[in-house]
This record gives sequence, structure tokens and C-alpha cells, in this order.
Amino acid sequence: MAALWTLSLLLSACLFWPACLALTPPAELPQPHNLPPSLGFNSSDGSLSVDLPMALRVFSVDYHHVQAPFEIVLWIMLASLAKLGFHWSGRVPAVVPESCLLIMVGLLVGGVIYGVRHSAPPTLSADAFFLFLLPPIVLDAGYFLPGKLFFENLGTILWYAVLGTLWNVLGIGLSLYGVCLLAPSSLGDISLLHCLLFGSLIAAVDPVAVLSVFQEMHVNDQLHILVFGESLLNDAVTVVLYKLFESFLRLPSVSGLDVLLGGCRVLVVGLGGLFVGLFFGLVAALTSRFTSRAQVIAPLFVFLYSYLSYLTSEMLHLSGIMAIVTCAVTMKQYVEANVSERSKTSIQYFLKMWSSVSETLIFIFLGVSTIQDVHMWSWSFVCSTLLLCLIWRATGVLLLTAVVNKLRRNTVTFRDQFIIAYGGLRGAICFSLVFLIDDFPKKRLFITTTIVVILFTVFVQGMTIKPLVELLDVKRKKRALPTVSEEIHSRLIDHLLAGIEDVVGYWGQHYWKDKFEQFNKKYLRRFLIRDDHQAPSSILRVYQELERRDQRGDEEAPPLVDTRSDSRPLLPEEMDSIRRILSRNLQNFNNKQTRAYSRHTLHQDATMDRTRKPLHRHQSLGERYTFNTQGEDGEFSGSRRGRAGLSRSHTGTVKDI
Amino acid sequence: MGFNGTSPLLDQRGELRPEDFGAIRELSMNPIGDRIISAFFSPGKETVDFASFVRILAHFHPTETSRSRDGVQPEPANSRTRKLKFAFQLYDQDRDGKISREELLQVLRTMLEMQVTEEQLQSIAERAIQEADLDQDDAISFDEFRKSLEKVDIDHKMSIRFLS
Repeated sequence: MAALWTLSLLLSACLFWPACLALTPPAELPQPHNLPPSLGFNSSDGSLSVDLPMALRVFSVDYHHVQAPFEIVLWIMLASLAKLGFHWSGRVPAVVPESCLLIMVGLLVGGVIYGVRHSAPPTLSADAFFLFLLPPIVLDAGYFLPGKLFFENLGTILWYAVLGTLWNVLGIGLSLYGVCLLAPSSLGDISLLHCLLFGSLIAAVDPVAVLSVFQEMHVNDQLHILVFGESLLNDAVTVVLYKLFESFLRLPSVSGLDVLLGGCRVLVVGLGGLFVGLFFGLVAALTSRFTSRAQVIAPLFVFLYSYLSYLTSEMLHLSGIMAIVTCAVTMKQYVEANVSERSKTSIQYFLKMWSSVSETLIFIFLGVSTIQDVHMWSWSFVCSTLLLCLIWRATGVLLLTAVVNKLRRNTVTFRDQFIIAYGGLRGAICFSLVFLIDDFPKKRLFITTTIVVILFTVFVQGMTIKPLVELLDVKRKKRALPTVSEEIHSRLIDHLLAGIEDVVGYWGQHYWKDKFEQFNKKYLRRFLIRDDHQAPSSILRVYQELERRDQRGDEEAPPLVDTRSDSRPLLPEEMDSIRRILSRNLQNFNNKQTRAYSRHTLHQDATMDRTRKPLHRHQSLGERYTFNTQGEDGEFSGSRRGRAGLSRSHTGTVKDI
Repeated sequence: MGFNGTSPLLDQRGELRPEDFGAIRELSMNPIGDRIISAFFSPGKETVDFASFVRILAHFHPTETSRSRDGVQPEPANSRTRKLKFAFQLYDQDRDGKISREELLQVLRTMLEMQVTEEQLQSIAERAIQEADLDQDDAISFDEFRKSLEKVDIDHKMSIRFLS
């Protein structure tokens, strides 16, 4: 409680700083307490050079020297403190997603600044957003993308992303034009192209908003990857359509040829982004091969090359998001094989940190930018936009899923479809794009409408999606408590399925994937990965395997269960401990099922402290030895130790050489 | 499926041996990996040919719900009963039709490895048998096994997405 109070005090202190900053006059006016100390010295703050015989200033404040970085840091500080505060206040994040809370803080700050300064607070400039705030988030998403699941569902994802976005854009644009035609008095000067332009920017689902809301919901992985993948890939379509309609607006007339060229541009933008990302990913992988002597800067290359790929594709008017995602996906396996453990952890940690800060800043600025002088309101336009967004998205998802379910083995159920349709949140990308439109009389209306749509989707849809999911009982991790036999048999079946999938995956691979793996092994890995990492001998691998198992054994042992031979119902604690044992074991072993992507934490493996191992290893060996002597049936314990230790990993590794 | 096409090991013989399965690294790290491998081979045989391989994998085909049932058709390989039977046989290595306490303990031990003590294992196995064993013979027959899993969606759990 005390912590919460101090945190809120700090937060309010930060809130009032911008207000005070707003009060300081602009830099041109002289500051009376900043006079240069004596005749001979140059003044550091520019304008004033009065030669007054004053005594030496012992203490002076020179704010303008540090103004820009100071303000930036304060904004970031505000964002981070707000984030801390929300995670401390127990119940609130469960009900209200973080994005909503951040926008509310932004609204508050914006209101304060407006109230103090009586002019609009600083808005989120499109350049700052696209060049600085968006890349870390997308990079983080791309780096931790669950590759196998993504590529398995790639067809469906592309289907939703490309066709779904097209459907939404055209639908919303055309129907909005219809609405404008119906109300010629207030909306008559909005042309068809304007409506289509607006449709293109409002239809796109935003990865930032989607991620932040789905974070708190635990839906099954397949659904998560569908929505998330779609929000990433629809950037290509959105960017093209937006630029297309914008350039159409500048042309005197639009011909059929232009439309055809527009279609080609979609391909060029998407594939171009892909290739730029591939190129930089491979170069990054190659560079990381040579970092063994300067390991400290190895993580830097990951960030530099990804950012470079983003900037290059933005320069060429290609899809920056696709480039950075492709870059991250490409370089990940090679970089992780090349750099040291610590560098790997640093990369992951910094990615999480930057994307977290970025996301927080984006939402706060969304809130701040809402407070403006320039709103233009029109009930019909705003309400019809909201309605049309929902309707078109719902119908689009329904139609597309009906078609794609025929081609999929694992159908997308009706409940999944509802979540996909309802989880189509709009976010800051729409907001920035609307600011970039060339000025025309109704631009303010568009801005206002965009803000309303974003706030509606983030607040209303974001807050209600979780109760609705619970209501509809989407296929999630099961909450119902199963019996012990059910648990055990389910675990067995899970292991069985994992094994069968490995068998099938090994021999039944899709033709192209198999070809790629062969190409990868023969050429890419040899070229891009450092030699000494390539094939550790089987003994080393057995040793590593043993170390890994020791480490797992070191984790806190669950409390000892009372053993009695008579049949009595087990106490809840005992059932709990049994359940914990079973679930933890599955998590440890079957890596495919743990979802690595979480905005707030890293995957467990990455944070294990390697230095603790040698000490514990001796202890645990001693422990295991005493276990064996205590075991009731010596033969079983002995065989257990023998099997669990060398034999299994040995059969696995011998074959690899 | 790329049984004959993609893997160079198999072109010459057209049959699989247990060592070929051992080459799959993830399978060798699976706690019940060796049981899965032996499930592919009929008892006593050293090799499995393509037809038998496919027959085993057919168990994992998703069940079609809208199949018309007439008594003449033999039960398909991927029906719920057959799936459960496959899982049952992973426990029941001596094929006597029952999961004895020892067999259950063995599987539990491999699944839980070194996380638990022997007493905890015993109590877990005891509890599992208590829950499932209806005829009090201290072993789990196939019917008891099936009954204990009636709430679990086996059709979905034991199906593989071969294509997406």
C-alpha cells in the first residue's frame, strides 16, 4: 500500500512537470537569472550577451540547454511509472487492459497541459511514430514469432490479411461514400476517393493494440497466431492502398491502367519488403559469425540491421513492417547459434524492454493527442463509420472462414471466428496515417472519427473481449480441474502426440519445407554459423544434456506428500502438488507447447542463471544417490537412474554424428 | 507423405527399423519415446513396412463427425475407441489387457523423471488406480481406462494436423 502511494506521488510529480514546462516561455526571451557571470565569459544559452559586472553565480539553472532530451526522458519516465503503477494495483489489470489505462493517463496528462497552456498539447508526429516508436514493437513481435505455428498457418493468415483487408477497405469506403451521398448538406464535399482513402486507413487491424489485449487473454495458440499474423501482414496491403489512393487524389483523373498498376504495387511492396528483410537478415547473420572476439557488441548488430532494413524499405516505399519481421525471422536462428549465451539474453531482454516502452509511449500519446482544438464532429459520419467497421469485419471474417475451412484440417470454429472479428482493434497506425493526409476541408472530421474509432475499439472491444471469451468458452487452456487419472493419461497422450508429430514431421514434411531444410543445412548454416558451433561431439552433448537435467532438478521441490496406504480422499494441497508436478513436468519437456511470446517476461530458459549450476550439481548428485538407497525397490531406482541419465540422450546423439 | 521420397535411409529398403526412429532427436528426448517407437512395430517383428506405418498413423487422423453408421462397415482406424486403444497399449507393454500398478508406475516414472520422490510417485499411482479401478482388481482394464477419459476430448487431442 505504501509502495502504491509513493508510486502515485512520483506519478503526479511527473504529471505536473509537463504542465510546468508548458509555462516556461519560449527560448528567445532572456531569462533574468541566466545572465552570464562576468564580462569575459561566453554565455552558453545563446541569445543574451549583456556585459554586466555581476558577481559569480554560484547556482544557475540552464533549462534550455537540455530541454529536448529532458522532455523526452520525462515522457518515457511517465510512461514507465504508469506501467509500474498498473502492475502494482492488483485487481485493475484483470478487468481493464493496459492499453486502456495508458490511454486514460494520456488523456489526463493532455488535459492538464491543455488546462495550463490553453493550447493543444504536443501531438504524436507521424514521423516520430513511424520511425522511432513502431519499429521496436514489430521487431520484438517478429523475433519471438512462433515460427512453426506461423508457417503452418501461413496460408490462412495471408488469406485473412490480403483478402480480408481488401474486403474491409472497399466495403467501408464504398458504404461511407453512400452515407455521404445520403447527407449531402454536411458531408457533400467528401469525394469517393476520400472515402476510399479513409477506408484504407481505418480498416487495418493494428498489431500493437491486438497484442496488448490478447496478452491478457489466454486463447489457444492457433487463434493467437491467426489474429497476430494477420495484423502484421496486412501492413503491406494497407500501405499500398493508402499510398495508392493518396496518389490518385493528386492525379487529375484515374484510369483503369492506374488501378491495374496499383494492383501490381501491392505485390511489389509486399515482396519488396520481404526481400529487403531477407537481405539484411542474412547479412546480420553473417556479421554475427565474426563477433566472437568482441562479444559485447554482438546484440547491437541485431538491432542495427533490423532497423536498417526497416529504414531502407521505408525509403523505397516498401512495407517496412514486413521487412523488419522477415529480417528478425531470418537472422534469429543463425545469430542465436553464433553469439554467446549472455549476448542472446541481452538481445531478448533489450527487445522486450524497448518494445514495452514504445508501446506504452504510443498509448499515452494517443491519449494526449486526443485533446485538441481541431475536432470536427458529425454524428452521422462517426456513428456510421463505427457501425460499418464492425459489420464489414464480421461479414468478411465469416465469408473468408467459410471458404478457408474447406481447405484446412483444423477448422476455425465459430467461436474463433467471433474472436477474430471482435479482436480486430485499431490503433496508432490509423492515427498516424490520418495525420498524413493532404489537407482538405474535411480532414478534421477524419481525424476526429479516427480517434473515436480507435478509442472505441480499444476501450469497448478491448474491455469486453475477455468476458465475452469466457462466455463463449473459446478453446483455451482448460480451467476445469481434472481427476488425477485424467491428468496422467492426458499427459501421456500429449507426449504421444508430440512424438507422433515428430515422426510425421520428420518424414512427412511438406516438400518445400524439406527442400529448404536441406538447403539450409548444406549451404546457409555452413556459411553463416561459426565453425566450432556446428557439431559438438556426442560426449559434449551428453554432458550438456546432463547439466540441463540437473538444472531442472534443482528447481524447488514440491512439498512432500503424505503417504498412506489406505484409500482416503486426497487433501486439496496434495492434489495441488500432484497437479503442479504433472503440469510442470510437461512444461519443461515439451517445449513446443510453451508460448514464448509474452510482453512482460522472457521465456524461462533464457533467464536461468548459469553460474549457479556447478555448485548445485554436486549437491544434486549427492541427493540423487541418497534417493537411490532409500528407494523401496533398488532395482527400479537403479534402472530409473540409468535410463534417465545417459542412455536416452546417448541414443539420440550417437546417430547425429 | 515423404516416406519413400525424402529420406535417403529408406529408399534402399522400403522398411523402417527401430534405429531409424532413433535418429529423430526430439523423439529420443520424449519421455515415452521408446514406447512410441515400439508401438509402430508389431510384437516380435523387427521392421515395419510402409503399409503398417500408415496404418499406425491413421489412428491420428481427425475423426469425421458426420459419418453414417451402418453395422457392416468395420470400425475406422481413427475412431475414438481405436485411438484410446493405441494409448492404452503404450501403458500395457505385456499386452495382457490390463494396466497393472507396476506398468503405471513405470510410465509415471519416465514422465516425471527426477522431479518427484518415490513416495510421491506411489501415492500418485495409488490415487490414479483408486479413481479408475471399478472392479477392484488393482489394475486398469481397457473399459475402465476409457471410462476415466470420457470427459476428455480425445478426438481433438489425438489428431494431427497433416495439412493446414
